[in-house]
Amino acid sequence: MAGTPEVASAGPLLEMRGITKRFPGVLANDNVDFDVRPGEVHALFGENGAGKSTLMHVLYGIHQPDRGTIALGGRPVRIPSPAAAIAMGIGMVHQHFMLVPTLTVAENVSLGLKSSRGPLKDLSRVAARVEELSESYGLRVHPSAKVWQLSVGERQRVEIIKALYRESRLLVLDEPTAVLTPGEVDELFAALRKMASEGCGLVFISHKIREVLGLSDRVTVLRAGRRVATVQAGEVSGEQLAEMMVGRHINREDLTASAVPGRARLSVKGLVVRGDRGTEAVRGVSLEVRAGEIVGIAGVSGNGQRELEEAIAGLRPPAQGSVLVDGAELAGRPSGAVRRAGLGYVPEERMRHGVVGEFSVAENLMLASSNDPALLRRPGFLRRRAVRARARELVAAFDVRTPSLATPVRNLSGGNIQKLIVARELAAQPKVFLVAQPTRGIDVTAARYIHERLRAEAAKGTAVLIVSEDLDEVMTVSTRVLVMYEGRVIGEADPRHTTREAIGLMMAGVVAAGAEPARGPGRELEAAADAEVV
Amino acid sequence: MVGWAVLPVSALAALAIGAVLILAFGANPITGYRALLNGAFGGSYALASTAQKATPLLLVAAGTCVAVRANVWNIGGEGQIVAGALASTATALALPGLPGWLLVPLVLVVAAAGGALWAGVAGVFKAYFNVNEILSTIMLNLVAVQVMNYLLSGPMVNRSQSFSVTGLIPQTRLLSSRSWLPTLVPGTQLNLGVLVALAVAAAVYVLLWHSGFGFRARAVGLSPEAAAYAGMSVRRTTVNAMLLSGAACGLAGAVLVFGSISHRMVTDGSLTGFTGNDGFNGIVVALFGGLNPAWSVVSAFLFGGLLVGGTAMQGATGVPTDLVTTIEGLVVVFVVSMDFLRTGARLRQEVTERGGDGDLPARARSRSLVLRLARARV
Repeated sequence: MAGTPEVASAGPLLEMRGITKRFPGVLANDNVDFDVRPGEVHALFGENGAGKSTLMHVLYGIHQPDRGTIALGGRPVRIPSPAAAIAMGIGMVHQHFMLVPTLTVAENVSLGLKSSRGPLKDLSRVAARVEELSESYGLRVHPSAKVWQLSVGERQRVEIIKALYRESRLLVLDEPTAVLTPGEVDELFAALRKMASEGCGLVFISHKIREVLGLSDRVTVLRAGRRVATVQAGEVSGEQLAEMMVGRHINREDLTASAVPGRARLSVKGLVVRGDRGTEAVRGVSLEVRAGEIVGIAGVSGNGQRELEEAIAGLRPPAQGSVLVDGAELAGRPSGAVRRAGLGYVPEERMRHGVVGEFSVAENLMLASSNDPALLRRPGFLRRRAVRARARELVAAFDVRTPSLATPVRNLSGGNIQKLIVARELAAQPKVFLVAQPTRGIDVTAARYIHERLRAEAAKGTAVLIVSEDLDEVMTVSTRVLVMYEGRVIGEADPRHTTREAIGLMMAGVVAAGAEPARGPGRELEAAADAEVV
Repeated sequence: MVGWAVLPVSALAALAIGAVLILAFGANPITGYRALLNGAFGGSYALASTAQKATPLLLVAAGTCVAVRANVWNIGGEGQIVAGALASTATALALPGLPGWLLVPLVLVVAAAGGALWAGVAGVFKAYFNVNEILSTIMLNLVAVQVMNYLLSGPMVNRSQSFSVTGLIPQTRLLSSRSWLPTLVPGTQLNLGVLVALAVAAAVYVLLWHSGFGFRARAVGLSPEAAAYAGMSVRRTTVNAMLLSGAACGLAGAVLVFGSISHRMVTDGSLTGFTGNDGFNGIVVALFGGLNPAWSVVSAFLFGGLLVGGTAMQGATGVPTDLVTTIEGLVVVFVVSMDFLRTGARLRQEVTERGGDGDLPARARSRSLVLRLARARV
């Protein structure tokens, strides 16, 4: 690749010195130093908004720094655009993949590159190279598969292969594990280590302590735009890292005290739900959530969790089965009726489904209560003062950080949007609280806050059902864990007496010893599922 | 670009191109535009004519605001005008003896109901069978015109007109004077219709921003998914928005009949013979008014002036009035494309302001992907 600086084997691959980047009202990076040596995995660790992404966007040519220098292989460079970054051998795997779903893997990899056969396509050569790379790094993916057919984990492999194909010497991965199962994470880490062993430099952005310590050689912690420290991963503990990240001493989250569960408030029986493509996504799920319980549904995404949530919430009519909230049958009823019957629901995709981005904080807080007589005058006119008063109350009670009640919600951070949605849903005093991915992509402080709220809600006698791909979250918050696999609940476990590994195996469809078999009316189905996987 | 500048700049750009076209016709653009301005706004008679012309435009625009805010693209103003006009005309023909204080409100209500019904068909099709409302409303326009042509040359035709070689003119007999919309300013055409239109625009404004229904309509319009997840019935909101939109257009139909000089319903057999294209022009008015009923008042008056003044310009320079239609089209093109530039610029600013961070808001994020892709040229 013309213009690629030769990497001196001794010096650092990348050296960023004194990077300062100011956005209106925010000092996103304040005199940050960061370097990557060949063959190392360097983790960039910090809360949302700490400046990790800004720093990497400066590196990738998306932003120009106000001050500071970048040197690649010892030579100072200016990176005016991502195209220039790519030409200099920098690769980036974004959180949201940059792939064209209707094209094949090989087509996506060759996109934007000159064909080796001039005006003619060279897809067979690309495919052969993709196959080679996929083999040697253990990144299993078929070159002629269409991207839309691939799972999230496979798409990520395509992104990494894209970078490898372009012979990137420096690869930045932005929260790559957020979307992966424990098994997939292991495979990813193996591939990354192999890349590092071949002299590649890797930047690993994450806010998961376990992974940062497990994968990286060095860790740089950012807080509020500044570099707090750069440390050897082997020389710090998880607690120390967490403290550096938030800047104060934090207590370990308490494991849920197991309250004595009360009567069943949510009971789902023999639920069968069809997915978007008409196939059965939920294939006979029965479960109960009792007052005071927090039941966590673990599982790799795409095993019917979303369809189960939507069926319970009245957004997807089930083909079969029943959903009872405090004994009232709700299967097939519309979402408004389900809410009135006492279901609170925090959807998985909070920006698309949880809020109207253009609406203000106050408007979003009344999204589910535009029929509430307390907010309306006689012929259906809004009592603006009441709307604002309620919004002010909720914003204060749930610590939603917003400049004003009139601020459009799209301007808030993910954590604050999630707090807003939780506030809105809990304001209706639900009997059953269904929360999908309670803390995905939000920072530790906000996540803790939401976990506390969930526990408090359970303690009040609400039945809480969470669906999460984050195994740590499921294990710390739930009083009982159910594992979904291929549309069924294939196992149940007590998080205090089960290991992550045992649940991880169940998520992969293997019912391991040590996990209790599922109880309850769905037993026959689960037994059948066990028989299949054994 | 600053938001408020979009409209004047669009208008000026369209007028500039219009000037080139006037030159191409061999006329002097300054003379032409002076005649246009004078014909539209010069003196009380011109102003009254402009307001009169703006009345149906404003009604259609108000209806468009409701529908498009709820993300239903009602392009069926033409058909709904016809439906409202036919229903109210038939009522006036059937009950000529009613007193005016009863007959005028009655024909207005019937017109609104007729328009609502015609739009409601498309609304129900969209909500329950997922039929694209743009296609269905356009098709219903054609159906309405053919129904009108049949009724006005058959069952509803004025049989007492003097015989001509070409057959009967497709028009009704003169309607009972008790059904006429009362004139507001003697000596001009300005009638009660103007007040009806202003009241409807005000009502739509209050409805959209101060009522539970309007809140739901805007939520559904901005994000049907989030609305459904919050327990709103997207279907019901869609149908209701369409009904209201059609009702406003139906009222425009009544204004065109009971506020006309001829005081009868008359057409020439062509698609726009009765409506004068008001059903489409009203949509342009709403877009130019930023889909806000208050600004639509201003915008309706300007477009009304353009249409009235176009005739004066033709008289002064011989440039066909079709040029006015061309200018109108250009305005739409400019408004739409500049709005896109503005949105693009705002999002780009948002992206940079937030440092393209991990928790960038989703919409900005999705756009920022486009931007990043564009920059990365991959």
